[in-house]
Amino acid sequence: MISLLWLIPVLPFASALVLMLFGPRFSPRMTAVVGVGSIGLSALITIFVAVSFVSAPPADSSYTQVLWTWINVAGFEPQIGLYLDALSLVMLLVVTFVAFLIHIYSAEFMIADEGYSRFFAYMNLFVASMITLLLGNNLLLLLLGWESVGLCSYLLIGFWYRDPANGLAARKAFIVTRVGDSAMMLGLFLLFTQLGTLRIQDVMQRAAEHWHSGSTYAVVAALLLLGGAVGKSAQLPLQVWLPDAMAGPTPTSALLHAATMVTAGVYLIARTHVLFSLAPAAQFAVAFVGAATLLLAGFSALTQHDIKRVLAYSTVSQIGYMFLALGVGAWQAAMFHFVTHAFFKALLFLGAGVIINALDDEHSIFRMGGLRKEMPVAFWTFLIAGCSLAGLPFITAGFFSKDLIIWEAWSAEQGHPGFWLAGMIGALLTSLYIFRVIFRVFFGPLSTPVTKRPGYRMTVPLLILAFLSIVGGYLKEPLLRFLDLALPQTIEAHASVLTEIRSETIAGAVFLIGVYFAYVFDLQRRSLVDVLVANPTGRLLHEWWFADWGCDWLYDKAFVRPFIWATQINKSDFVDSFYTGIARLAELSYRGLSSTETGRVRWYAAAMAAGSVLFLALVIFL
Amino acid sequence: MFSLGLISLLVRRNLIFVLMSLEVMLNAAGLAFVVAGSRWHQADGQVVFMFILAMAAAEVAVGLALVLQIYRRFKSLDVDELSEMRG
Repeated sequence: MISLLWLIPVLPFASALVLMLFGPRFSPRMTAVVGVGSIGLSALITIFVAVSFVSAPPADSSYTQVLWTWINVAGFEPQIGLYLDALSLVMLLVVTFVAFLIHIYSAEFMIADEGYSRFFAYMNLFVASMITLLLGNNLLLLLLGWESVGLCSYLLIGFWYRDPANGLAARKAFIVTRVGDSAMMLGLFLLFTQLGTLRIQDVMQRAAEHWHSGSTYAVVAALLLLGGAVGKSAQLPLQVWLPDAMAGPTPTSALLHAATMVTAGVYLIARTHVLFSLAPAAQFAVAFVGAATLLLAGFSALTQHDIKRVLAYSTVSQIGYMFLALGVGAWQAAMFHFVTHAFFKALLFLGAGVIINALDDEHSIFRMGGLRKEMPVAFWTFLIAGCSLAGLPFITAGFFSKDLIIWEAWSAEQGHPGFWLAGMIGALLTSLYIFRVIFRVFFGPLSTPVTKRPGYRMTVPLLILAFLSIVGGYLKEPLLRFLDLALPQTIEAHASVLTEIRSETIAGAVFLIGVYFAYVFDLQRRSLVDVLVANPTGRLLHEWWFADWGCDWLYDKAFVRPFIWATQINKSDFVDSFYTGIARLAELSYRGLSSTETGRVRWYAAAMAAGSVLFLALVIFL
Repeated sequence: MFSLGLISLLVRRNLIFVLMSLEVMLNAAGLAFVVAGSRWHQADGQVVFMFILAMAAAEVAVGLALVLQIYRRFKSLDVDELSEMRG
């Protein structure tokens, strides 16, 4: 069964191709069958592969399937090869399964859209690229998946291309992630020139042999890879594209945030963990970026009023947790949080999509309210996802995964009390902002009437994801043990200072405090918020946080303006004048020739006669 | 005679005269064939002249029909006035 591995990326890719070529001629039903069915089959095969992987573990607890050699130039021969181990298997299971649920949901969500088949073509390609990224056995194939994921995000964010704002958001996402990608490519060049291979396992092995801990090459390579991961995973300082990426259709946001794209950076760092272990400075940078991002994004999420933007900042913040875990060496905890996050974040976005659809495209949480009785399914599932995100103790999956990270942030070898504190404050912010949304949207008086109710194809994925958002937490022990096959175990160095139970108790208390404050500010005494914002300091902070800590403004001043200025100065350089010269020449000859076309028949006849005389003369006298 | 036809083609403005000068040019070519045929004692020259006659008849039929249509439409046969190009 495990040899069917190659079908997993091929199926969605094939259906994307079919939908691109013949999609406009298919009926919507046919499109949905092809688009959703291919992902469903992929998910099914993934389950088969997982079962055979677990029941009969291959030697070395990894399985490689080489399809063919891609390029063969002077010792550089990257293969189209798939590499499956515990790490990629866990990612693969989550990606295909969550993507399948999101596809079912979008079959109904997008039904009225004229680009129905185009949407599914892009979504399938998105999933196919993500699977390529996960399974690639060399860094070049991984880069191929990485870039195609970026391309698909561009296509999907700008899906409704008639609105120029969406195109702008799409370009922003593409260019900002491209900054990170350039760093990553430099990292690949460095690895290849120094180690002579791009096969991930060989790179790791040779790096461990040739480079001692903390050597310059290791640090630089790890930092460059971190640059790529930061761009793709929307971490500080390249997080600006993700909130704007909300311009795309809601299922796209769910896919982008839960299963594909933003988790690619986490995967890259986990995949190259040997390299990061060799470079303590780079690993510290990972943890630091994660901790800073989770705090900044948490504060920004508090001030947003678009429900999808709150969720976007929440994703940035949660990925920050994963980076924090990777940075302190708690690899398993990061992957575990990725799994639970995929469930509840997909659920939150799909729930938000249901609400936005029901309220006739209303995005502002201040114009929502009282939906608890109107839409019970959406309410309960959203509540479960919110609790899971905020970490409701002992029941939800998010509690197990996030509190593990927070605890490891101190107790692990590279841990630090400062990281633990950041994680705790982040947890407080998380429960504040998500319950702010829940209280605003579902409680209080009904402000916008409900116009549309979701059908079963939209509610069933919600219910399945809600179930997983709770049960996912009980997978903790088996999942962590399974991941030990691929990732080094976390070294507990400071566990005596703070036991896991104590940390979890504090986290539980923090959760309750957050819920209580959200209850006070956003349900019981809403006027308090106005008092806070009326205060000059409060208003300043609100505006600052609302504008994502001024990052957009800063980048506009620091990069975009100087670039535009430079291009304006450079507008008429030598190369340009050459090409405009050609255009001028063509225009000149066009004017000359067109002036001979007078429309006077006698002139034409005279010209013909003169021409014949000339040619006759040439023939006779030469 | 060919040059005479050509000059009148260039000078004349009336479409009928233009067509007539075309005929003159064709006949000039035909005469040249016949003369050449008698000079070298070949029958081919006369055969070609028959072809030219037939072609000229067909051409005149089409040409005159066009002239008729043009006159109906523009009420004029002046080739310079008929020019509709304004470039």
